[in-house]
Amino acid sequence: MPARELELDLEAFEGPFDLLLALVLRDELDLAEVDVAGVVLAFLERLAERDELDLDACGEFLVLVAALLELKARALLAGEVADLEDLDPAEAAEELALRLAEYRRIKEAAAWLADRLEAEGGRFFRLGPAALAPAPHRRLEQQDPAALAAALRALAAEPPAVSLAHLELRFPPVERFLSRFRALLSRRSRFDFDSEVEGMTRLEQAVAFLALLELRKGGEIELSQASAFAPIRVQRNAAAKPERRETWNARSA
Amino acid sequence: MERPLRLVAANPLDRLARTLEALLVVASQPLSVAELAEATGDDAERVETALGLLSERFHEGRSGIVLEKVAGGWAFRASRDAAEACGRLFERPVERGLSAAALETLAVIAYLGPCSRPEIARLRGVAADSVVAGLVERGLIAEAGRDQLVCAVRYRVTPLFERVFGLENLSELPRLDDLGGEAEEIRDRLESLAEARPA
Repeated sequence: MPARELELDLEAFEGPFDLLLALVLRDELDLAEVDVAGVVLAFLERLAERDELDLDACGEFLVLVAALLELKARALLAGEVADLEDLDPAEAAEELALRLAEYRRIKEAAAWLADRLEAEGGRFFRLGPAALAPAPHRRLEQQDPAALAAALRALAAEPPAVSLAHLELRFPPVERFLSRFRALLSRRSRFDFDSEVEGMTRLEQAVAFLALLELRKGGEIELSQASAFAPIRVQRNAAAKPERRETWNARSA
Repeated sequence: MERPLRLVAANPLDRLARTLEALLVVASQPLSVAELAEATGDDAERVETALGLLSERFHEGRSGIVLEKVAGGWAFRASRDAAEACGRLFERPVERGLSAAALETLAVIAYLGPCSRPEIARLRGVAADSVVAGLVERGLIAEAGRDQLVCAVRYRVTPLFERVFGLENLSELPRLDDLGGEAEEIRDRLESLAEARPA
């Protein structure tokens, strides 16, 4: 059984040993989190399951674990190398062992604190004004990405230009109708206003009517109507008529 | 059902107990017997007796409010039965999301404090600046003077630390020697493996 294939189940890592090494070397796993004792135990337990002693595997494992331990020791004591260089090797080893033991105890104390925090999880007490818990997140229904894209596309599209057509009132000049009616009256003595403006737009009809009033005002025509809403009859005025009667006629129109 | 309360009301100590109750309900941190004695104008011994009476009344399983001796004083907290409901309404920013590094730093300061950042870094093998700053912000540790030699700021754990961890005082922390269970277990497993191995 090659040591590299050793399956590990540690707190910080689960998987084959060579993956652990790869992750450590690529700095993707903090070596401080790796329990080297756990690795050794896993290997020994695996070894115990088999009756034969594979010396090659053991040798390889020793080399790998030694490298791992060296890396870990360096990481733990990064700033302390200079101090230790002044000591002789035996003293340095002892100092290292002492510090590691101290750190181990602190780690255990931290674990105790973590357990305690877990056990005392139900502690609530007044702490100045109690901060209100944030409102719970609203869960959204499962959404279709295509629907989102469609909604966005609709929003991103250029909106149609607003039409101002209904605001544009093009008034045709009154003169146009004045000259037209005068030309008509030069040929005929009378005509029917309604049939003359038939087919025109409401606006043109209105302007034509203004022209009619204008002609009437100048005394050029007389207007008459059989009854309300009946066709307006226009008649050329041969001679000037008294103002009062015209007024009456115009009102009746 | 109301009878015991009437009997207690007749007790002269009950007047003191009621005043203490009021003081504790207003307080946002544990009050020491000395503080309570001063506020009530009564003597410490009577205050302690009255506190004993109150802690019987405000007992876990008996009341939604529990009186406890914590962080060197007395304080009310919610009963554990109500923890779930409390958790829905109230945040606990002090202890939420404490990292492993924060707990280790906290352990160093709780056991060896007051101590400075360089000392913590020396023990943990990594710089402790941001972790220490985080713990100060949470209110779990506070500055406690300066180191005489290197003038570094030293830190100690706060009463809030004791309160969050439910400690009456720091002497309730287990001795570091008692924490060696894991090393013991590793040794045992190694020995049993050695025994199992055929010679």
